[in-house]
Amino acid sequence: MASLDRVKVLVLGDSGVGKSSLVHLLCQNQVLGNPSWTVGCSVDVRVHDYKEGTPEEKTYYIELWDVGGTVGSGSSVKSTRAVFYNSVNGIILVHDLTNKKSSQNLYRWSLEALNKDSSPTGVIVTNGDYDREQFADNQIPLLVIGTKLDQIPENKRSDVLTRTAFLAEDFNAEEINLDCTTPRYLAAGSSNAVKLSRFFDKVIEKRYFTRDGSQMPGFSERKRYGAGNSKSLHYD
Amino acid sequence: MSFLVDSVIMFTSQVLFFGFGWLFFMRRLFKDYEVRQYIVQVVFSVTFAFSCTMFELIIFEILGVLSSTSRYFHWKVNLYVILLVLIFVVPFYIGYFVVSNIRLLQRQKLLFACVVWFTFMYFFWKLGDPFPILSPKHGILSIEQLISRVGVIGVTLMALLSGFGAVNCPYTYMSYFLRNVTDSDILALERRLLQTMDMIVSKKKRIAMTRRMMYQRGDDQNKQTGFWGVIKSVTSSPPGSENLSLIQQEVDALEELSRQLFLETVDLHATKERIEYSKTFQGKYFNFLGYFFSIYCVWKTFMATINIVFDRVGKTDPVTRGIEITVNYLGIQFDVKFWSQHISFILVGIIIITSIRGLLITLTKFFYAISSSKSSNVIVLVLAQIMGMYFVSSVLLMRMSMPLEYRTIVTEVLGELQFSFYHRWFDVIFLVSALSSILFLYLAHKQAPEKHMTL
Repeated sequence: MASLDRVKVLVLGDSGVGKSSLVHLLCQNQVLGNPSWTVGCSVDVRVHDYKEGTPEEKTYYIELWDVGGTVGSGSSVKSTRAVFYNSVNGIILVHDLTNKKSSQNLYRWSLEALNKDSSPTGVIVTNGDYDREQFADNQIPLLVIGTKLDQIPENKRSDVLTRTAFLAEDFNAEEINLDCTTPRYLAAGSSNAVKLSRFFDKVIEKRYFTRDGSQMPGFSERKRYGAGNSKSLHYD
Repeated sequence: MSFLVDSVIMFTSQVLFFGFGWLFFMRRLFKDYEVRQYIVQVVFSVTFAFSCTMFELIIFEILGVLSSTSRYFHWKVNLYVILLVLIFVVPFYIGYFVVSNIRLLQRQKLLFACVVWFTFMYFFWKLGDPFPILSPKHGILSIEQLISRVGVIGVTLMALLSGFGAVNCPYTYMSYFLRNVTDSDILALERRLLQTMDMIVSKKKRIAMTRRMMYQRGDDQNKQTGFWGVIKSVTSSPPGSENLSLIQQEVDALEELSRQLFLETVDLHATKERIEYSKTFQGKYFNFLGYFFSIYCVWKTFMATINIVFDRVGKTDPVTRGIEITVNYLGIQFDVKFWSQHISFILVGIIIITSIRGLLITLTKFFYAISSSKSSNVIVLVLAQIMGMYFVSSVLLMRMSMPLEYRTIVTEVLGELQFSFYHRWFDVIFLVSALSSILFLYLAHKQAPEKHMTL
């Protein structure tokens, strides 16, 4: 059972946006009844069928590492958190749709995680400013998830969704907007579930299939993900 | 005419203080949250503005700026407004926001907020009973009733904070107390943390896989309809479920362990940074200050004990005593009036500035530590309440540090309060707070190297 291959995905975001609820929903298909503070890091595991429905179907474990805390923490907390950022294969960035600051802080979160990652192309950044080039160079797949969609009134929804679309574009990532207390947003067959599944597939591919140097499956499908793909054959 | 000019000056300064409070709120306190209810920000800035105006009036008193009638008038106005805010506005909004967070009471928010406020008023009034703060000639609705109670709460807060600060300050500054932490200690602890996380992950994998197999088997079982199918599904429980609860318990224990390890690692990192900081020039300077502060704190604790044991309250303020000493014992002659005014201005100014700064820093740290996006409004209002009460009682206590001629305005405005009681109360609480902080820090210090050694 434990001999299945695994990938590690970080779940990052400000305190209180709903990362623990999200992880619980993704792994246990149930709504989290009593969310409480995450101290340190909490991990959960999702069993994912890579390339479901095709002859190449294979099951993988996806470890979701939910790292707690705020982006403005003291440097001792940041140094301790850095321990969890090693050998990461994918990052899910979570923000609260009702709180603009949590969306802005996502830039700092992603920089914190990407700079600590032990990849040879790690860029040394002295301040937390956003630099588009870093994200273009980034090898690790990102996914942006906005929570608490139910708390946005109907008339404001289109503005909020436009803003989050720009955000996802900045990260060169897909985006999903949902409410963690309603499982129907991720029901099988819905567009959100498809996006999630594609993200996990991409993470698994980056981790396992480029190593072999074998032909990347579904090349025409991957063209949609942006310009970074031509560099992905070069993987240290 | 001069009254008008004075009022304009006062008003401008109040607007300035309001702006400063607003900026502080936005830039420091609420920098990670979004301000949705602007009333919270307004209330906070108003409390801050009126508290600072009180201090400003004291300074004006000493310097003799503005005519004394207009000063007196502004004192009274300021005091009424601040009491109104601290006793009516802030508690009501605290009750309102607390009630808004509770889902059950959403319908009748205002009603429940009023109920909360009345409870607060009841306890607030009852607070005056055990303390000998009033003389019987005061009416029931006089301003002294309110100020005396606000004063009690504020003085308690001040003494608690001062006591803790007096002990914590040398402990933090001096590097004598720093434990020795090496890089290998940190690495070993981090390795342990990651190992624990790996164990949690492998157990969760088993749970997830077992669940998945049960779900798939459950699909097959659900296809069995009919009488025997139902009996079969009731009597045969899937073999994995008993194991699951056992593994889940192990996972819970491991998660608790991982949390503790995480917190210890953060602690070690923080200590290592402090060690490095103490090697710098700034660090050495603060270390030196720490020794001075410890002497000062010991002296203060000693004085507090003496005051309580010998039942005396300081009659003269430090400035006049200092001048007396220099004139009488050292024989240096100088213009007493001129110097006493300026020295008391500087002394009082320093006290005001350090207490405002200290309070704001403490409040900010406290806010970062305990707030979340749901409770941030409530916490800020509670902090505004604490700040207002703190400032009102500092004015009360500051009376002792001023020479006689400046004390009269405070006595006149605040009424015939038993000032000596407040000083005694401050000494008692200060002593209690300082001693318990020493005990607390001693225990925390002792416990940490033991945990460290079991690695």
